[in-house]
Amino acid sequence: MSKRVDAVDLNVYYGDFLAVEGINMSIDARAVTAFIGPSGCGKTTFLRSLNRMHEVLPGARVKGELLLDGENIYDPGVDPVTVRTQVGMVFQRPNPFPTMSLRENVLAGYKLNGARLSKSESDDIVESALSSANLWAEVKDRLDRPGSGLSGGQQQRLCIARTIAVKPDVILMDEPCSALDPISTLAIEDLIGELQRDYTVIIVTHNMQQAARVSQKTAFFNIAGTGKPGKLIEYDDTTAIFNTPKEKSTEDYVSGRFG
Amino acid sequence: MTQTPTPTSVQSPAGPPQISERTSRRSSLTQNVLPSWLWMALLGAAVVLGAALSALLGFNLATWFIFTAVIYVVSSYIVTRTRVNKRRATDALWMNLIYLAFALAILPLISVIWSVASVGIQGLMAPGFLASDMQGVTGLTDQSSQTEGAPVLGGIRHAMIGSLLITIAATVISVPIGLMTSIYLVEYSRGGPLSRAITFFVDVMTGIPSIVAGLFAGAAMAWFLSVFSGVTGLLSTQRSTLGITAAIALAVLMVPVVVRTTEEILRVVPNELREASYALGVRKWRTILKVVLPTAISGIASGVTLAIARVIGETAPILVTAGFVVNTNWNLFQGWMTALPVYIFRQFQNPTSPNFSDPSEQRAWAAALVLILIVMGLNLFARLIATLFAPKQTGR
Repeated sequence: MSKRVDAVDLNVYYGDFLAVEGINMSIDARAVTAFIGPSGCGKTTFLRSLNRMHEVLPGARVKGELLLDGENIYDPGVDPVTVRTQVGMVFQRPNPFPTMSLRENVLAGYKLNGARLSKSESDDIVESALSSANLWAEVKDRLDRPGSGLSGGQQQRLCIARTIAVKPDVILMDEPCSALDPISTLAIEDLIGELQRDYTVIIVTHNMQQAARVSQKTAFFNIAGTGKPGKLIEYDDTTAIFNTPKEKSTEDYVSGRFG
Repeated sequence: MTQTPTPTSVQSPAGPPQISERTSRRSSLTQNVLPSWLWMALLGAAVVLGAALSALLGFNLATWFIFTAVIYVVSSYIVTRTRVNKRRATDALWMNLIYLAFALAILPLISVIWSVASVGIQGLMAPGFLASDMQGVTGLTDQSSQTEGAPVLGGIRHAMIGSLLITIAATVISVPIGLMTSIYLVEYSRGGPLSRAITFFVDVMTGIPSIVAGLFAGAAMAWFLSVFSGVTGLLSTQRSTLGITAAIALAVLMVPVVVRTTEEILRVVPNELREASYALGVRKWRTILKVVLPTAISGIASGVTLAIARVIGETAPILVTAGFVVNTNWNLFQGWMTALPVYIFRQFQNPTSPNFSDPSEQRAWAAALVLILIVMGLNLFARLIATLFAPKQTGR
């Protein structure tokens, strides 16, 4: 489990529009890496290209290489579905499946793929995934209730449990706390700290304090203007980005003097 | 946790200041408020006055309704205008006009249900009406019913079975085609020429007159049978007038309705759910089958039921494709079949006894009542499905 991710000269396009240009970065395994930057600078686009989720949108494509432990996920023979089983994703808004119970939601990665699990196997998966997501104690008595009955923060942890139930190597999180209150945010941040022991975690956030709290490394993305591609400006240890940034624009952004 | 004193918490022990003084003084914000019983009083007066005016012209329900509506709308406008203000008066006027429009829209429905129910109930209550067909019912039996008061014989068993079988077959044909078309449109197409062509032709299909669909199905079945018997030498005597031909005609009418309704339902399934499924490494077809369709199942089921309700009352396409018989036929692939609307049409148009048509009309009205009940039942059923299968939102 847990693989490193390397981007080599990665360009992401939507049709003819170049959204993200020339990304070169190495993301460590078993660490939390945060992507920060202003809106529209390509953080989310780049994140979605890490498990080929951006291809769901029509016209989206990628040039360059993206290596998962040295293997290019954009090789012509690679099936995006295989990539997504290894690189899981948690979305901005909690999105449990409304037709399924809590238990079925956690097992969704198996059930939707038609896997047959024995009762004890599925019980083990549900308990370990929910425990890893710090949700077991809260929901263990109502596993057969619908997932949409939980609070927003619980739903987001349910989605994280659903993602780690299929044992990915990398977990991508796209602003996982932006729809949550401070207490739920704290619960998720604690959880991210625990997840980094086993997984490579990559998180996009608009909250710089959050990036400073949870991540070991931070990447700052910026955009030169509307219609221009987003670029990686600076990528370093989180403490270096927030205390001694090398680039002027990074310093402006993290100190709030942006624009 | 200790709270720092805020202006409100400091002030609160003293209570809100001087309530009595506030209520006694007239606020500059309030305006003249009319008592709520006034509208009922106005309506009552309008009803009485309307009846009186209508009686002057020779009383009937229509003039009563018109006079009452006019008096109520005008008087409530004048009262509000003089006692409150112009803006409220205009508001009340338009609100009353909208209620009136609603009443006018629903009036034909109530009128149809009332007249069919009041005339049809007698025939429906006749013994054996639902359990017998028209075999053995001749002009003589109807004549004795009308002239000598003998019980009206004959029923709609064959017509109900025909309608049921034809409609089920039409549903079985059209729902897979329609559902798969809308799945293609929503999930697979990316707005290319094919999907635009499909949308265009579905719209064209919606406008096909039902008799044309019937003629198409009849011609298609005749062509198919001639080619089939030419190639295999079998079925050379088979006529194209069959229950299944009528089912094809109804399916032609149902497909565009099913495509349209299910397409709209599939489009409102949140994209987040599809992405959540993809992100778990689930293939697209499994995502559609296990996430999108279950989420949309209530809408799909009610859309299909409404499409059935739409075609079950079709007369012309069934008349030209399945014909008309007096006995019960369970076989869609052999012989003629009767459907309820065709039965009604035939009983009115060609009474069993041309000179003594009362029993035929009684049967026709009763069959019409049964048809209305079936359509209303289907609509209620669609609503029931929509609520039963809807994704559960409880427990928060």
